[in-house]
Amino acid sequence: MAEKLKPEQVIDIDYSPPEKGWLDDAKIDFPATKGTWNYAATPESMEYLELPNARKWQPYEDDWKLPADWRRILFEGLKTRLKRFRSLKLFMDICVRCGACADKCHFYLGSGDPKNMPVLRAELLRSVYRNDFTAFGKLLGRFAGARRMDIDVLREWFYYFYQCTECRRCSVFCPYGIDTAEITIVARELMWELGLGIDWVNTPVANCFRTGNHLGVQPHGVVDSLEFAAEELEEITGIEVNLPINKKGAEILFITPSADYFASPHYYTLLGYLMLFHEIGLDYTWSTYASEGGNFGLFHSHEMMKRLNAKMYAEAERLGVNWILGGECGHMWRVIHQYMATMNEPADFLETPRSPVTGTVFEHAKQTKMVHIAEFTADLIHHGKLTLEPSRNDHWVTTLHDSCNPARGMGLLEEPRYVIDACCNQFHEMPENTIREQTFCCGSGAGLGTEENMEMRMRGGLPRGSATKYVADRFGVNILLCMCAIDKATLPAVMDFWAPGTEVGGVHEMVGNALVMSGEKHRDTDLRSEPYPIVESQAHLAPPEETKTEEARDDA
Amino acid sequence: MRVLAALIAVLVLSAIPVAGIALGWDALFGIAVPYLALAVFLAGIVVKVLGWGMSPVPFRITTTTGQQRSLPWIRRQPLESPSTGWETFLRMITEIVLFRSLFRNTRADLKQGRIVHGSAKWLWLFGLMFHASFLVILLRHFKYFVEPAPAWVGWLQNLDGFFQVGLPIIYLTDVLFMLAVGYLLLRRVLQPELRYLSLAADYLPLFLLLGIAGTGVSMRYLWKVDIVSVKQLAAGLLSFSPQSPDGIGTLFYVHLFLVSSLLAYFPFSKLMHMAGVFLSPTRNLANNSRAVRHVNPWDYPVKVHTYAEYEDEFRQVMKAAGLPLEHDPDGQSGGGGSKPRAHEPAEQERPHSAGEDSADG
Repeated sequence: MAEKLKPEQVIDIDYSPPEKGWLDDAKIDFPATKGTWNYAATPESMEYLELPNARKWQPYEDDWKLPADWRRILFEGLKTRLKRFRSLKLFMDICVRCGACADKCHFYLGSGDPKNMPVLRAELLRSVYRNDFTAFGKLLGRFAGARRMDIDVLREWFYYFYQCTECRRCSVFCPYGIDTAEITIVARELMWELGLGIDWVNTPVANCFRTGNHLGVQPHGVVDSLEFAAEELEEITGIEVNLPINKKGAEILFITPSADYFASPHYYTLLGYLMLFHEIGLDYTWSTYASEGGNFGLFHSHEMMKRLNAKMYAEAERLGVNWILGGECGHMWRVIHQYMATMNEPADFLETPRSPVTGTVFEHAKQTKMVHIAEFTADLIHHGKLTLEPSRNDHWVTTLHDSCNPARGMGLLEEPRYVIDACCNQFHEMPENTIREQTFCCGSGAGLGTEENMEMRMRGGLPRGSATKYVADRFGVNILLCMCAIDKATLPAVMDFWAPGTEVGGVHEMVGNALVMSGEKHRDTDLRSEPYPIVESQAHLAPPEETKTEEARDDA
Repeated sequence: MRVLAALIAVLVLSAIPVAGIALGWDALFGIAVPYLALAVFLAGIVVKVLGWGMSPVPFRITTTTGQQRSLPWIRRQPLESPSTGWETFLRMITEIVLFRSLFRNTRADLKQGRIVHGSAKWLWLFGLMFHASFLVILLRHFKYFVEPAPAWVGWLQNLDGFFQVGLPIIYLTDVLFMLAVGYLLLRRVLQPELRYLSLAADYLPLFLLLGIAGTGVSMRYLWKVDIVSVKQLAAGLLSFSPQSPDGIGTLFYVHLFLVSSLLAYFPFSKLMHMAGVFLSPTRNLANNSRAVRHVNPWDYPVKVHTYAEYEDEFRQVMKAAGLPLEHDPDGQSGGGGSKPRAHEPAEQERPHSAGEDSADG
């Protein structure tokens, strides 16, 4: 799929909507739209989690093998959720369809499909809500935008609610703060009640539930990976780093997305963590039981989010740590910041986080007792506790991709910039409408990062790709830094497609490169084991070849 | 054709009082309908708002649009990421009075194979113009209900007629209101994407407002109605001693009926955004969920995978890997730290993973 698809095929985007009104145009042709949807959840993963209607099925099949009373289940499910979530109830009623959200969605911008405008995505659910729950919808029907739920509408839900990455960019621009993520989460919850969901949400959830991490790696595998990383670090730095795992009585429990120890380029960020923690002599521990920071439950349902999130506090209590430090991750931090303290009981067995190195008390995290690694490291740097040599990153011309959830669900914007500024000499921001709270999604979040969904991912990645290409051409940016494991997993493909030649890396990879460790050997490679350019200090002065050719082409 | 449906609906609504007055049903259209409409309006809003209020806010889902409060030396943005009730209040004021989120609006275009973003403030400008003019016009109408009119109505009127153009003096808000509603209508009709997403129910209030404004303006500038009688009717309505004076003029009844229609339509429609904007959980909650516990009233226990179950399943491999155990059947108790261990390859475990990218987040 990825090999076949070319940017030229995708970039010819037709934004003109179809003639036929959307209320009467629900049919999705799954076989013809291959590349823009995901495979169905396997019965094994569903059974493991005791989910209803576990069976073998695929979206392109005519028969979805739904329970006989599926419409009643949906109706009851929506009724329950309207009672549970003011957000949902309000967002069903108050949208004026002003259209301000329309061109804010990366999937709309990349596909031109009007049902990817956040307003219409929400209308897919609203139209059914109006029909079933409002007087005017019942009375006025189509005039009020109401329609009955039927199999075509359900298929349309499946298609479009799995073309939303819950990135919340639309909610920034909405004059009423309508958050499509809320609507997508509820729509997905409802569909799970019928046994409709995608595999790249459910298998990771099942794996996280069982083994603690989304790849289903067993405890000894986690240990092996960390050990391997430590060995590699010894080669690079000459230092044997401290590697405590499941250690009782440590001061701090460190939890990061499991991709950090199994995938690339996440892995270089992992090396950065290990170096940092060793250098400051942190009394901490890894955990194999809570070996996944990322919470795939968020892409599934509120209940599943809670089922997975419970492990963090449980493990912190079992190990008897004082507080929890969290690694670079997007959805993980949405859950920790906005759901964790509510979902899982007050963690009174923990203490308000306090940096053992600087003595800083993280008052803003006194309830959840969890601190973000960027906050922690920024504090270390601010207090001058790290020796950093930013010229070790001179081969990188960096920019920062704010990850959706830390940006819009947390407000973590300056901390990573402060850290990058201390670790890198060359940093350029992307255009202002594509960063910070207006940052664009990688296009593959919320469980959509599959091979079979590649076309939609590349379409969704277009706005981010465009912004990166802009700074690559203009400033010679050659690495896109990010603080999210999904970003690190999926942006390399987006970069290859839209901004070729741009690498993807983590913020703590830059920390690791720049960190001068006491007793280290002469560093001749970066964490990617790439030898440093011979004339380090001048490498950045010559603009990359690619920039020149791009400009020449533009001028021509 | 959704536009047409809405237009026809408003034309029909306008014709009803014309017919009614011709039949001499002044009292019905002057007294009963407005009372009924107002009752529906008020009761409808109360019921709707209570309905929203009865659903709790289980999670603190603030949309942050700026730097959070974290380390004391990092400059934060209290309006974008409020951490106290007071800051949240200020954030809400700017939303409600200044339409701050809409002010952020941008326009994305595909140019030479790239998405570029430009400024787009027209919707914000006309939206604000519409709401502000509407408010001033409503307030000006106090003079019909209260005799003598309060002093502030006079000031408002003077300010509104500041330019002293025309006779009677043309109110600035009348012009701005018509312009703004016209813009809001035209963009819906002319922009293909907006036309695609607009429902008949989106055009209806715009036509209603045009009808209301059109009849209102006509009565002031073109076909005057008997103001004394209008005041008599209005004062009667307000004092609950309604009377139906003769000879007000049909145009007035059309105006009144359209206003009544709007009032009655209001609670059942998207116009409820007026009340809803105050309740939006992404805006009216402080971003302090790591510092203050937010309680979910319907929270329920869920099935979790405990550490004990985990260790039971993986005890052998954990032991082989040198990991400390809670319960070691061979008598070794749990300890700490990593120990030398046998190297076994990690297995890919069931349930089988289908995706190729390793991803989480």
